[in-house]
Amino acid sequence: MTELAQLLFQGVALGATYSLIALGFVVVFRASKVVNFAQTAMLLLGAYLVSWLAVDQGIAFAPAVLLAAVLLALGGIGFQAGVLRRVAGQEPFVLVMITLGAGIALIALVEAVFGPEQRPIGDPWAASAVSVGGVTLLWVKVWTIGVVVAALVAYFAFDRFSRYGLAIRATAADEEAAGAVGVPVRRVHMITWALAGVLATLGGVFLAGFPNAAHPTMGDAALRAFPAVILGGLESPIGAVVGGMVIGIVEVLAAGYAPAELGANFHAIAPYLVMMLVLLVRPYGLFGARPVERL
Amino acid sequence: MTLLEVDDVTLRFGRVAALDGVSFTVAAGEFLAVIGPNGAGKSSLFNVLSRVYRPSSGAVRLAGEDLLALPARALAGRGVARSFQNLGLFGHLTALENVLVGRHHLMRAGVLAGGVMLGRARSEERTHRAAAREALAFVDAESAADTPVAVLPYGVQKRVELARCLAMEPRLLLLDEPVAGMDQGERAEITDLIHRLHAERALTVVLVEHDMGMVMRVAARIVVLDFGHVMASGTPAEVQADERVIRAYLGEPVEVAS
Repeated sequence: MTELAQLLFQGVALGATYSLIALGFVVVFRASKVVNFAQTAMLLLGAYLVSWLAVDQGIAFAPAVLLAAVLLALGGIGFQAGVLRRVAGQEPFVLVMITLGAGIALIALVEAVFGPEQRPIGDPWAASAVSVGGVTLLWVKVWTIGVVVAALVAYFAFDRFSRYGLAIRATAADEEAAGAVGVPVRRVHMITWALAGVLATLGGVFLAGFPNAAHPTMGDAALRAFPAVILGGLESPIGAVVGGMVIGIVEVLAAGYAPAELGANFHAIAPYLVMMLVLLVRPYGLFGARPVERL
Repeated sequence: MTLLEVDDVTLRFGRVAALDGVSFTVAAGEFLAVIGPNGAGKSSLFNVLSRVYRPSSGAVRLAGEDLLALPARALAGRGVARSFQNLGLFGHLTALENVLVGRHHLMRAGVLAGGVMLGRARSEERTHRAAAREALAFVDAESAADTPVAVLPYGVQKRVELARCLAMEPRLLLLDEPVAGMDQGERAEITDLIHRLHAERALTVVLVEHDMGMVMRVAARIVVLDFGHVMASGTPAEVQADERVIRAYLGEPVEVAS
């Protein structure tokens, strides 16, 4: 029982991180129909920026995270306005390839600047923990869950109640009509990329938290959030959160309980198995909407 | 006072002139309809006015300002609202949200203040929601406010779209065949609604329409297009009596052999 509670706690913490990463994919996809494969590289950059600011520059951890989030948001805006806008109207495939290429370049750049070694991100929690009823709660994971919940609440309030949230949803539904009724479509796209930057920074921080660190291949781990996106539905923020949770918990439970015959890395493929099973039953994901057919 | 001025507009697709030297003006508060048989250039003209097509030559001015220098997305801010022939609604959003989107350009709260709904952003939000509800009430679709528009009947969706146009607080309303694809009952209702929009909200309206009967009921002045030219213009009575218009719509009189 204690073991299950322990694993569930870790699963929820991992799932919370995946939810953030998945939401980063969804925010951009919803507005522009582009699967942003640079999201994992942005995450990597976010973690390294925090590491550089907090460890090398000696800025306190919280302001370092905030500053990195702002920088990455600006970077996202710059990439959207400077690159993607110029190829707007091209096949989505072209845009997707651009994000893929930009992501690869970004990862190479980070590695060239910071080297291939692991880097601490300067978080104040390290291995400190609190024990509750025999379950060890690492502070870094408690904070992960808390910050992610706060970020998700803020995001959903923004999406549901603010005028830009409404503008994003309108643009997602019909960009031409949105423009015709006065939605600043360009600004909407920039906002979604800024959001993606902030989400990537937070995701990167928690993915690089103890017992991990910032390292050049952490983007691969981030890509494991991708089944969460597919699972939830590419255009559904709620789906991203639920999908992220499911994938995180499945991964941790598989690591804890899967019989040895399945191999040591079964936990890494378990999320993809879940994704395939869900897609067999619901091709548009758990929360994805079937495209509306107009006759 | 002239609000809209279409000055010698020509639109070519390759060697075909969809519009050929089209000129007319619309006074503030006027209700002008553009009619014509299929292929006369009505849709081309609408797409020029709504900045979807750029004409090969000519000018379009709104209260003296060069409309062709503006991108389509700037029109709302200049007081131009349009409806779409096949509805330009956002399917998953509720009717109220659809109308509220039309007021985006009237809102002032910035991304951050508007994002966290602080102080002024919150009271601004309330004001705009009230205005959106009022617009829905005007088109008699208030009961649909919280329903996603995709599941509403077509006629109600058209009302929601018109409510959104109204909520944009435009100077000029461009309507693209608003009763296309409707049955007689719906046509009569939407025609009546458009008449009320013009009469009670003092909007300047340019209506592009195929349905002669509808146009005759609501428009004060009519421009008849044929093969990209302005064939006739005048009051409904004048246009109806025009030989050329009758020929274009009904064809040449034919001697019937006994």
